[in-house]
Amino acid sequence: MTDIATYNFAYLDEQTKRMIRRAILKGIAIPGYQVPFASREMPMPYGWGTGGVQVTASIISPDDVLKVIDQGADDTTNAVSIRAFFKKVANVAVTTDTASASIIQTRHRIPEHPLSAGQVLVYQVPIPEPLRFLEPRETETRKMHALEEYGLMHVKLYEDIAKHGRIATTYAYPVKVEGRYVMDPSPTPKFDNPKMHRSPALQLFGAGREKRIYAVPPFTDVVSLDFEDHPFEVQTFDQPCALCAAENVYLDEVILDDHGGHMFVCSDTDHCEKRRNAPTSPLWGGRAEGAGGGLDQSTFHSTPTPALRADPPHKGEGKEAE
Amino acid sequence: MTDEPLLRVSALSKFYGSRVGCENVTFDLWPGEVLAVVGESGSGKTTLLNCLSTRLLPSSGTASYRMRDGQFRELYRMSEAERRFLMRTDWGFVHQNPADGLRMTVSAGANVGERLMAVGDRHYGKIRATAVDWLSRVEIDEDRIDDEPRAFSGGMRQRLQIARNLVTGPRLVFMDEPTGGLDVSVQARLLDLLRGLVTDLGLAAIVVTHDLAVARLLSQRMMVMKDGRVVESGLTDRVLDDPRAPYTQLLVSSILQV
Repeated sequence: MTDIATYNFAYLDEQTKRMIRRAILKGIAIPGYQVPFASREMPMPYGWGTGGVQVTASIISPDDVLKVIDQGADDTTNAVSIRAFFKKVANVAVTTDTASASIIQTRHRIPEHPLSAGQVLVYQVPIPEPLRFLEPRETETRKMHALEEYGLMHVKLYEDIAKHGRIATTYAYPVKVEGRYVMDPSPTPKFDNPKMHRSPALQLFGAGREKRIYAVPPFTDVVSLDFEDHPFEVQTFDQPCALCAAENVYLDEVILDDHGGHMFVCSDTDHCEKRRNAPTSPLWGGRAEGAGGGLDQSTFHSTPTPALRADPPHKGEGKEAE
Repeated sequence: MTDEPLLRVSALSKFYGSRVGCENVTFDLWPGEVLAVVGESGSGKTTLLNCLSTRLLPSSGTASYRMRDGQFRELYRMSEAERRFLMRTDWGFVHQNPADGLRMTVSAGANVGERLMAVGDRHYGKIRATAVDWLSRVEIDEDRIDDEPRAFSGGMRQRLQIARNLVTGPRLVFMDEPTGGLDVSVQARLLDLLRGLVTDLGLAAIVVTHDLAVARLLSQRMMVMKDGRVVESGLTDRVLDDPRAPYTQLLVSSILQV
């Protein structure tokens, strides 16, 4: 434990952790309600997951196993750094395996592997207020939540249909939690919204800059808002993952060269690698011989760009002001 | 007209510190009746309107409103949730500046549809059909439905604001200088439209204006205010043709004759 001698366990002091745990407990007691909390300065800039890190630091214990993903990937800068951070300040075991993690901190994705009871999914949230781009005043949005005045949320969806002929919101798609609070599921693609509904895992949301924590307890109803004649639907992809041939998963577009070559691959890297390393999987179909690290060159041809932009927003990319 | 008023106001006063906003205002408003409140700037018209529409809380006095179930409810004892619900269903508020009453960054259709969605309408096609219907009733072309009010002229914005307020079939509409800032020909058309809507829908309205012509055209009854007090009230034609209070006489004689 010499590595953590200069810090308290999990970086934050015990008083701060108690304060954050109280906010988390309140959030769990009122599903979808944004609990204000005294967000601390963290050794990373706002927008890089300071809220998620504080939540994780407050709930982590020495025997936890931590997984951190960023846009579904375990190997991006943000994920690697946060994993290394907790290894250093809490000396916990880390993993990239979704099933064996007890805490999964995530930015913008929910893993493809179904979560199970006892797991905690910690979301990094940039803007917790789903009504923010429609009503800039915090005093007013809090009142709207208190009085359950959510007509405005549908105004946004109405505008989508009027402008694009369908609900064009593809990420940060508003949901109603347990029939009461409208919540921003953080900028996850709406593809992941159905996974939140009655999930056996506990879902915690931390927004560091905005100083809000909210939660969805296990087995809670999470319903995406929609219109009767324009029901909610998730993105679909007209081709499987170019690496592991998975279907019905969320795909990222990867640019291969500057001549328009690109391919679509799983955004969940752990899921993709597992499939490629298990060539006998029935999911694999008949193409097992090409698996195990081989990139089948035939998948590298240029593919037509689907009408729907498939990738979730990148860091710093604002929501459209509407 | 029924035998019970829609709104009963009794000894309503609003003080801003030691300054008087409006003082000791008492009146009844009947269903389908249009009441004009006239007076010069600073006479307390808008303060009175804001108190009645519960946008301001008065310092003393009461106002009770007959709900759709026939029961009178004391406005200032209702919870905020109930008041806000009343505001977006049974009431309307037309601001002098349409930008205050409209959402300038969403389309005209969504502006009209917002109240419907707020009371639980969840069918896009029906909401849009209602919006089209209301736009045509306020003489806005259907092909402007997806334009933002920013792209509208002042008169169109005001008509859109009226449509947005009337879409839930309110029984009482508050109007604060509805024709202010519009040129005379646009004013005339707007007044024509308002008069038609008020008669067709049987709306009760309280119209605050400093323009006596607007009061004459729209209202059946009027109250003249000066320094926060009601100096004269009565049938509009009587007050304008035979003003009794000295201030009203001054006001009526101040109208420029073209």
